[in-house]
Amino acid sequence: MTITKLERIRKSVITLLMLAVSILFLLPFIWMLSSSFKIEADVFKYPIEWIPSQWHIVENYREVWVGKFPFYKYYWNTVKVTVLTTALSACVSALAAYGFSKIQFRASKYLFLIVLATYMIPHQAILVPQFILYRSIGFFDSHLGLILLSSFSVLGTFMLRQFFMGVHNEYIESAKIDGAGHWRIFWKIAFPLVRPAVATYAILRFIWTWNDYQNPLIFLRTDKLYTIQLAMQKFTTINGEFYSLMMAAAVSAIVPLLIVFVIGQKSVIEGIALGGVKG
Amino acid sequence: MQPLQPSAKAASPKLESNSNSNSNSKRNGISLQTKETLAGFLFVGPMMIGVTVLTLIPILATFMLSLADWNFIAGFQQMKWVGLDNFERLFQDAAFLKSLKNNAFFLLTVPVYLAVSMLLAVIIDKHVYMKGYFKVAYFMPYISSVVAVAIVWQVLFHPSNGPVNQLLMSLGIDNPPKWIADPKFALPSLMMISVWTSIGFNMIVYIAGLQSIPRDLYEAADIDGAGTWVKFKSITFPQLSSTSFFLLVTGIISTFKVFDLIAILTKGGPISSTSMIVWYLYDTAFVNLKIGYASSMAVVLFACVMLITVLQWIGQKKWVNY
Repeated sequence: MTITKLERIRKSVITLLMLAVSILFLLPFIWMLSSSFKIEADVFKYPIEWIPSQWHIVENYREVWVGKFPFYKYYWNTVKVTVLTTALSACVSALAAYGFSKIQFRASKYLFLIVLATYMIPHQAILVPQFILYRSIGFFDSHLGLILLSSFSVLGTFMLRQFFMGVHNEYIESAKIDGAGHWRIFWKIAFPLVRPAVATYAILRFIWTWNDYQNPLIFLRTDKLYTIQLAMQKFTTINGEFYSLMMAAAVSAIVPLLIVFVIGQKSVIEGIALGGVKG
Repeated sequence: MQPLQPSAKAASPKLESNSNSNSNSKRNGISLQTKETLAGFLFVGPMMIGVTVLTLIPILATFMLSLADWNFIAGFQQMKWVGLDNFERLFQDAAFLKSLKNNAFFLLTVPVYLAVSMLLAVIIDKHVYMKGYFKVAYFMPYISSVVAVAIVWQVLFHPSNGPVNQLLMSLGIDNPPKWIADPKFALPSLMMISVWTSIGFNMIVYIAGLQSIPRDLYEAADIDGAGTWVKFKSITFPQLSSTSFFLLVTGIISTFKVFDLIAILTKGGPISSTSMIVWYLYDTAFVNLKIGYASSMAVVLFACVMLITVLQWIGQKKWVNY
């Protein structure tokens, strides 16, 4: 009895300590949020006013969203690019994963080896030829080009292949005997069985695409096509002196990710733990 | 997916009629295996086309371009083949060597965040209430956008008005470092931010690793009267070796790819104290438009990552065993 009680006290103390550590860890976010609510003059006030003495939420966020450099446009661009990339990438990966795991054909092994080999290539090592290619076929400075860049994910194919391999072959054989082709088997049997895995991959791809800075930086040039990450940086060069606005912009960029993460938290953490995947 | 749909649909009725009975297949003129092969190609086709056009051809092009002297604006006619000249220049280029050195220094972040992540994972896995909250809290920097995070730190590190230096000054430090504006402190500042963003990801993988350690090992240790430290040293740490090895390798590879933080916070400066391979590559290719020279850097980058991957294969067999 005393041991479990002691154990419980110990656990509570450690929890409290960890709570303090985690708050310290989250301090930059808390500072960001509180600054976005302040009037400019209070941002650098010291000691820090964690709860603003003068609230300026509506004015700050209105300036960011519909002001001189309206965020809603870039938001829409980002939503469009992110959703389409996620959908396309999940489809291409799921199809390929099914093909590599459930269809027996001779070339399969070699083709899979090729895909596997490309996984080792760091993206930055092929940026220059991709750039030249895009310039010459007209995909440069377009959302279509940007979407296609991240739609052929080797990682997604690996991940989903593992799950398709777990689908019993008997299901597929019996469906074949009943006269179903692979296309129908894929949609009616295999895909529904691996749907949770596809969802996990889709959430991860969503987060990575939303956060992508490097590709838009290199492959977009026109202002009105910018995604939010690029727009934010531009915003800081224009509004450099207005830190409260910068923080409101940063909060706006993070909020959708937080929502997606909170909804899909379990699958994100499981997916990361499972494959140790990294964007 | 859209372009595939019609063709796959067109193929499927044939497949269906064919698989009705195997004896029919010969009469139809196409064997069952051919159908299977066709279906296989249709399913993996989009992926293969994408990988070929966007990865395989570009990597071959990188190797070819690394042997050329070419300015993008000048057009293809101006391309000159110079053999291995680019590589010779590269290893005498002070800026490149400086970037390599910075990359090497940046490697220090990996053991630091691995140690912190492992410690946090062990504590969160067994010794606290509200596990869910802690996972999300430490994971926040990983899911947040790099640009937003970088901008916040830029302000926090502001030399005169930033909260970090205000705090230091109020503690009696008269001349606090100028952080990202100071050549001596810029790289360590970036490294600190990088550690902060990496902890969440590594911690989650460690927690998964911890959960796969068999319970009876700890029960046996309890019977022997082992304390917390002994249990950690002789069970937890060795049992996590494959996880640690995996995270070490992915961590090292990711230090070669550091770009976003530099591009947003320092642009390689001040006085190239934060230039790293990928930043220098980007600067050479897309600012100075020296395509050939940048490609030779891309080849070096590729070689580094390749080398680590091969070492990983060898090391995994020798190093990871419990």
